Amino acid sequence: MLRSPENITQKAGEDMDNLYDLLILGGGPAGLAAGVYGARARMKTGIIEKGRPGGQAATTEELENYPGFGRGTTGPGLMQAMAEHAAQFGAEFITDTVLSLDLRSNPKSITGRKGEYLAKSVIVALGAQPRMLKVTGEGRLRGKGVSYCATCDAELFEELDVVVVGSGDAAIEEAEYLTKFAEKVTIIVIHEEGKVDANQASAERAFRNPKLKWIWNSTVTRINGEELVESVTLKNLKTGEEWDYPTNGVFIFIGTVPNSELVKDQLQVNPQGYIITDEKMGTNLEGVFAAGDVRDKYLRQVITAAADGAIAAVAAEKYVHETELWEQEVLQASKPVVVAYYDPTDMAGNEKIILVDQFVRDHNDQLSLVKVDATRNELVARRYQVTPDKLPLVHLFVQGQLQKQTQTITLESLKELTGIA
Amino acid sequence: MIEVTKDNFDQEVRNSSGLVMVDWWGPKCEHCLELMPHVEELEKRYGDRMKFCKVNTAGNRRLAIGEKVLGLPAMVFYRDGQRVAELSGQDLMPEDIEAKIKELID
Repeated sequence: MLRSPENITQKAGEDMDNLYDLLILGGGPAGLAAGVYGARARMKTGIIEKGRPGGQAATTEELENYPGFGRGTTGPGLMQAMAEHAAQFGAEFITDTVLSLDLRSNPKSITGRKGEYLAKSVIVALGAQPRMLKVTGEGRLRGKGVSYCATCDAELFEELDVVVVGSGDAAIEEAEYLTKFAEKVTIIVIHEEGKVDANQASAERAFRNPKLKWIWNSTVTRINGEELVESVTLKNLKTGEEWDYPTNGVFIFIGTVPNSELVKDQLQVNPQGYIITDEKMGTNLEGVFAAGDVRDKYLRQVITAAADGAIAAVAAEKYVHETELWEQEVLQASKPVVVAYYDPTDMAGNEKIILVDQFVRDHNDQLSLVKVDATRNELVARRYQVTPDKLPLVHLFVQGQLQKQTQTITLESLKELTGIA
Repeated sequence: MIEVTKDNFDQEVRNSSGLVMVDWWGPKCEHCLELMPHVEELEKRYGDRMKFCKVNTAGNRRLAIGEKVLGLPAMVFYRDGQRVAELSGQDLMPEDIEAKIKELID
């Protein structure tokens, strides 16, 4: 499609302060990476984050598996660097809490505590939060010994005893970190002796750590204490036996739940609430993408969150670009528009497009032509189901409406399509 | 803000009349460090009507546990030495602190 200079200057609403090309919800690694890519692509990019950037990664002290950043890297450190990187390219950081959103409107509208934001495209990177055990005492004793963040609270447990609940990567790695502070760290594992869900490298290191004690086949059924945690009630799943185990702290790492509450009535989610996307991070709604831990995916790590963010930002940029051109050249055109969809690798098909080109040129007082490489254009595939198997194909648009189409491309069929003799 | 330790906690907080807010923080608590400038801002706005203190939990761990603080950040409010309110948690926002101050100051 051609971009004519007068169209570029005509973009409506471009001077609106709160209208963004790309608005990213969430400032964790997915949102920050999307910010780097979006802002670098010269889009007006905003990142809405309720608190400090970094997400869950900023609560992970030791972060040693982000390629290129080995031993000694900390979660807060890496997140700080990512946030600065996004800011350097011009991403705008907005501190606000999102209250509601309308992702179907055009532009999309996001309402926060501090105001309304409009966006041509949105990336939902709201992340996930620690899953609660849902046992008696957990809520009441939060901050009183119950914790979901070792980095934040570990120092307070110096010389004290803590238990860690869970056996995934987070549980095992944070338990190791806690041994630097606490007197004794006991890991409560639901599985049989020797079986953990964490990666092999972390598991082996943990098994060798003399400060770690293990209780297998068990779950926590209660957290007890008056003002502070005093003990947990454990249950052995094999014998059914229950007993109280004295401890000062309970660190819970039993997975996460997605922060999709705000969007799940508009976006397709899986039964656990994670947003379903295609491989380009596209959701069921046009111009709305999801990235990072909030998405239904195989591996939830900083690196996969960042990768999601990059993909989503590139897809969002393509969407914004395609939508704007389509709007200007097809939907708002004064003359009827012939749209010729083609596949650049299809030689025979392209011969026919030349015919269309000639035809429109002969009637350029009544018609205009837009050529679309439909193998690369997602907008036409999504809105008009123009898929590569249908090419070449010709549409006639009059005043923004699709009127007619033809897959047979001859002089006669073009005359019939346009009604021009 | 008054830097409070285990040595002067009684004097500055327990035996202090009126409203006192204690910001319990730690050098590893990112969110605490981020909140601190906002708390200092609040002190400028409300400091004439209440007292603002901070305790570095590193080095005052027993004091923290004695005051039932086992999670950071924590903002604990005392009136005439009596504990009257507490805000804590990783999602604590400056607006929440200001709202609580307004509630208690009137």
